[in-house]
Amino acid sequence: MSELITKSASELAALIDSKEISSVEATEAFFDRSEKLNHLTLSYLHLNRETALSAAKAADEDLAGGKRHSALHGVPIAVKDNLTTTDAPTTAGSKILEGWVPQYDSTVVKKIRAAGLPIIGKTNMDEFAMGSSTEYSAYGPSRNPWDLDRIPGGSGGGSSSAVSGHLAPLALGSDTGGSIRFPAAVTGSVGAKPTYGAVSRYGLIALASSLDQVGPVTNTVLDAALLQDVIAGHDPHDSTSLPDSLGSMAEAVKTAEFSGLRVGVVKQLSSDGFQAGVKSCFDDTISKLTSQGVEIVEVDCPSFEYSVAAYYLILPAEASSNLARFDSVRFGLQVAPEGNPTIERVMAATREAGFGPEVKRRIILGTYALSSGYYDAYYGSAQKVRTLIQQDLENAFSQVDVLLTPTAPTTAFKIGEKVNDPLAMYLNDIATIPANLAGIPGMSVPNGLAAEDGLPSGVQILAPAKQDARMYRVAALIEGLYTSEWGAPLIAKAPGLVAGNG
Amino acid sequence: MAKEPLMDFDKAIEKFDVVIGLEVHVELNTKSKMFCGCANVFGSEPNTNVCPICLGLPGALPAVNKKAVESSIAIGLALGCEIAPNGRFARKNYFYPDLAKNFQTSQYDEPIAFEGKLDVEISDGQTFEVLIERAHMEEDAGKLTHVGGATGRIQGAEYSLVDFNRAGVPLVEIVTKPVFGAGANAPELAGAYVRSIRDIVKAMDVSDARMERGNVRCDANVSLRPKGQEKLGTRTETKNVNSIRSVENAVRYEIQRQAHILDRGGSITQETRHWHEDRGYTSAGRPKSDADDYRYFPEPDLVPVQPESSWVESIRASLPENPQHRRKRLAAEWGFSELEFRDVVNGDLLDLVEATVAAGTSPQAARKWWTGELSRQANAQELSPNELEITPEEVAKIQSLIDSGDLTDRMAREVVAGVLAKEGSPEEVIEKRGLRVVTDEGALIAAIDEALSQQPGVLEKIREGKVQAAGAVIGAVMRAMGGQVDAARVRELILERAAN
Amino acid sequence: MSEITPDLVRHLASLSRILVTDDEVEKLAGELGVIVDSVATVNKAVSGDVVPTSHPLPMSNVFREDEVGPSLTQEEALSGAAASAEGRFKVAAILDED
Repeated sequence: MSELITKSASELAALIDSKEISSVEATEAFFDRSEKLNHLTLSYLHLNRETALSAAKAADEDLAGGKRHSALHGVPIAVKDNLTTTDAPTTAGSKILEGWVPQYDSTVVKKIRAAGLPIIGKTNMDEFAMGSSTEYSAYGPSRNPWDLDRIPGGSGGGSSSAVSGHLAPLALGSDTGGSIRFPAAVTGSVGAKPTYGAVSRYGLIALASSLDQVGPVTNTVLDAALLQDVIAGHDPHDSTSLPDSLGSMAEAVKTAEFSGLRVGVVKQLSSDGFQAGVKSCFDDTISKLTSQGVEIVEVDCPSFEYSVAAYYLILPAEASSNLARFDSVRFGLQVAPEGNPTIERVMAATREAGFGPEVKRRIILGTYALSSGYYDAYYGSAQKVRTLIQQDLENAFSQVDVLLTPTAPTTAFKIGEKVNDPLAMYLNDIATIPANLAGIPGMSVPNGLAAEDGLPSGVQILAPAKQDARMYRVAALIEGLYTSEWGAPLIAKAPGLVAGNG
Repeated sequence: MAKEPLMDFDKAIEKFDVVIGLEVHVELNTKSKMFCGCANVFGSEPNTNVCPICLGLPGALPAVNKKAVESSIAIGLALGCEIAPNGRFARKNYFYPDLAKNFQTSQYDEPIAFEGKLDVEISDGQTFEVLIERAHMEEDAGKLTHVGGATGRIQGAEYSLVDFNRAGVPLVEIVTKPVFGAGANAPELAGAYVRSIRDIVKAMDVSDARMERGNVRCDANVSLRPKGQEKLGTRTETKNVNSIRSVENAVRYEIQRQAHILDRGGSITQETRHWHEDRGYTSAGRPKSDADDYRYFPEPDLVPVQPESSWVESIRASLPENPQHRRKRLAAEWGFSELEFRDVVNGDLLDLVEATVAAGTSPQAARKWWTGELSRQANAQELSPNELEITPEEVAKIQSLIDSGDLTDRMAREVVAGVLAKEGSPEEVIEKRGLRVVTDEGALIAAIDEALSQQPGVLEKIREGKVQAAGAVIGAVMRAMGGQVDAARVRELILERAAN
Repeated sequence: MSEITPDLVRHLASLSRILVTDDEVEKLAGELGVIVDSVATVNKAVSGDVVPTSHPLPMSNVFREDEVGPSLTQEEALSGAAASAEGRFKVAAILDED
């Protein structure tokens, strides 16, 4: 049984398909482990054995009847708690939605159900995905399986800790400025943000509509590719979803090769400000690639200097509008002050009680950025920076096939270290933000342990818009180089989670 | 709340220049809502035509109704507007319990149509060219009912109830540029403008166009400035104007109210006012500030609307005739007097008369029917003439029977009553009720002889030139024949008798 | 040097319907001031003729046909409501009128 939980999703899928194990066995293994160890990592906010196992049972029955719904049929999955599910609460990590059970499934949840993947539970996250450490969750922080005193990244720290702690073989996350990729880097796992529009956002509780994307959180590149194949595709419910399919990522992964590959290294994201161990892991990645005959080119993206600033104007602005609907009337928390309050006061009191400090900060900041008189200087200018970033990337991609950067400037920091310094927290996303601003795909794969603290580091692969397949191919190649060196994925080096730790 | 002091209207017009601006919201009659597939229907049980999208549930996203875009383009074209080659939706952010997302998805600086004009004719025959600033697409809010207050209005209400069935219904907002120089005609012009919009959208069948149902709503802006001053005065915006008449009355009231204040050296508060049709005044609502910060920004969940010119042209080609042009054309074709034509238009009878003429009736006869007997019947039943249970074809048939002498006027009215009472088609009613002009002259003559014998001396009087004496005999014959005779023929026969 | 005054914070909080205490106002003014100073740099990055990007990938004319689809039942619609009556969402008295 303990072997099952360290298997990759694709391995599990094969075992289920050949009927060596059942989906119920696999789901039970992960569910029981999750139930037993969740108190250590707080990966999950909601766990329901019945719904998980009944879905697993249905998957087994379908398979017995000759119906295999996908390449991941029967493999259990964890889902970030900002994706609506009709059979579990969906809180987005906030008190304002405590206990809210949606009346509809998000499109990606519909797809994974239809693909035969039982849902183990809903995972913890920074409130409304605002954060990079999961310390802003209203339900408590998630913890990094590598060191339970450290953050597992955010906003998707629940998914990343679940996957890296083997509480789930794979998970769904969302990424607005790095919320899948940063957690992947600091937990030694794999996380991908597809091209904007590749995956439907219908049913994803919106943070910044023009930046959000749903993506896979896994331990291997192949698993991520398989999961993206399940969830991607045009959705008529999402007017921003791409009309055409981007092809199969899993197929791309199987056909990856080095020859002719040109890799760019972004001048603005390769030296100062990165932890020494992170930098040396990155340098190691580059030198491995060079040994394979890959051409390495330094590219100049000057607008990247303004990406964090632009992001922290665009995100709060869009979020302030997206979060206006939380007003106590149709769903969610209602707080009525004493006396005969007007609805205005009920709304204000509800939002005061229901939103955490980071959310309030960003809503007020966003309201400011959109205010008349300030729009041009702030939101308007930030949208122009996006254009410049796209131009810089277009220019870069005319010289190279993919760009590589360290995914994160540091390894996992300690819980509490940056929580009172919003600006310091914002800088965690410095390398991941440009991809969201430009809409291009990005993913992180592990590239070693930092020498000074023995904690995981990740390398980020960026590809042009709609070239997700290319990104997966390069990711697979890099992953291959490391698993050859280590004999196993990086995650095998993680200290095991044991009940009683922490 | 009492009526405020007013200056005499004529005096106000003498002292001040009136500037008006009208914002008309047209509710489109698409089958589904603007951004979701919920039904766009009136009168359903509360909150039964709602879904995650129009309820503003977390995670829901809008999807644009193509027919709504088409109708919006059609309205823009009918108003002589340019259609924007590149337009976007924008979020208008404010909090209100009837606004599910607490923002309205609307359009800001990239409306679908802009720079148009509409010629509006008023009763004295003058035509004003009203310039249209823009027409843009947006969604309606839910419906609020206020409970517990004395008047059912917000003030003093204990709580409110929200029904989101209407939330998300497609609207087109049409905004005029300020209208100068209307002077004393401003109130009527405002009303006539709204009526014109209503007629246009009704003719195009993009809206049910029933003001009493809120399909067409008007906000009237009014400001005054001393004669000769260039700078515009402070304006007020009056809402809740639910009929053409209310538009006229509200504009008139605001002119008088503002004039009184300005004349005494006071100043007008820029605010939204609420029209009370029953009491005939406006009351102050929320102070309106152009600093009402809606924080507009392009809607990130929707992509730009870039209508291809081939699409726009095909919409243009399918537009029905402009109602005003149509009216001019019909007036010329039918040769009515101005007054006669106005009666038809004001009674909303144009379509019915046109259809009756098309079915073969002369225009004058058609007019007489619809403005006369049929309007009378409609009023008696508290219906509009459109709702009467008789078709223009049936009216034409009845008239043709009068023309051929098979029915007298009186009998024809009976046939109409029978059709309205659902006794069947005109022919069936005639059959059932035995309504036929007696053409058997033998029976007629017998009846005349009988009546004459009862009234000797009538023939004598007629021979003496007192032709009107025939009347009593005619009456008697009519009664004897159950009214089923052509009185004119009876008279003829009597006079022939007298001559012999 | 930042223009985020406590009064501005109160105004913004009111616009966004969030109740804030005096302490919070002070704190927010400080925090936001620092953030705004740092993000104000975007102004320097752009000159007048750069077109703003509001959609990362250029798309247009995404429409759906005018067809009626499934709706929620009244019960489902009201299922999340804190208060309801007569098939409608119930809210406390509204302050202003529109």
